[in-house]
Amino acid sequence: MEVGLTHYLVISLCLFSLGIFGILTRKNAIMVLMGIELILNSANINFVAFSRFGNFGFNGQVIALFVIVLAAAEAAIALAIVLNIYKTFSTVNVDEIDKLKD
Amino acid sequence: MSVFDIIFYLFAAVTVVSAFFVVTTRNIVHSAFYLLFTFFGVAGLYVLLGSDFLAIVQLVIYVGGILILLIFGVMLTNKITNVEIKTGTMQILPAAVGVGLFAGIVAAALLKTNWITINNDVPSSSARFIGSMLIIDYVVIFELLGIVLLVALIGAASIARK
Repeated sequence: MEVGLTHYLVISLCLFSLGIFGILTRKNAIMVLMGIELILNSANINFVAFSRFGNFGFNGQVIALFVIVLAAAEAAIALAIVLNIYKTFSTVNVDEIDKLKD
Repeated sequence: MSVFDIIFYLFAAVTVVSAFFVVTTRNIVHSAFYLLFTFFGVAGLYVLLGSDFLAIVQLVIYVGGILILLIFGVMLTNKITNVEIKTGTMQILPAAVGVGLFAGIVAAALLKTNWITINNDVPSSSARFIGSMLIIDYVVIFELLGIVLLVALIGAASIARK
């Protein structure tokens, strides 16, 4: 069977499911961030695959570029927040952080 | 099976297997390094899809930027000298069942769908087309993303040093 759109979609589905699994099961906030990165990557694979096999020109690739930029901004902000949480609570386990204010 | 297919399955295996290890390894630093291989695999898939520019951007921004940030985060939020860099897990079984159900349903849907695909011819370099689209069709979003990045940079710096 020749490699086509379906193959890329299946890989993207695998990455998405693993990312969701990581977000649901991990306690560490940074591991949750890694799960989010996996999900963004799977979305990007979908965008580029549809740009290659669909009738959309280069729009998919440009939007994938925007997603990468937003992922970079998100990672920077989220890590700043995680550092602050660590300073306040001395832990980054998301199940122990249950106060808005101490 | 052509050479293209073999390379595709190689990159696909690297991507999915290392992504699996990212979410199952107990050591966070190991997870971060497995994430490196996932990003490399995804970059390879981009090359196979004919978007060379995006593959380079993926390597530069994800591997060179986001992954370094994540490793910095691991280093700054764990006392490496006296506490092991391990992370707990919880609710593995319900999560596995739920994610498995979801993946099964979506896989059935996308395998049963009869996708109408066009085999577009791949230009030797996609950077020229992406650049002209950024300047002509998406110029507002392009400028807005610049502002977003600036705001994120200032915001991250000010949040982190409070």
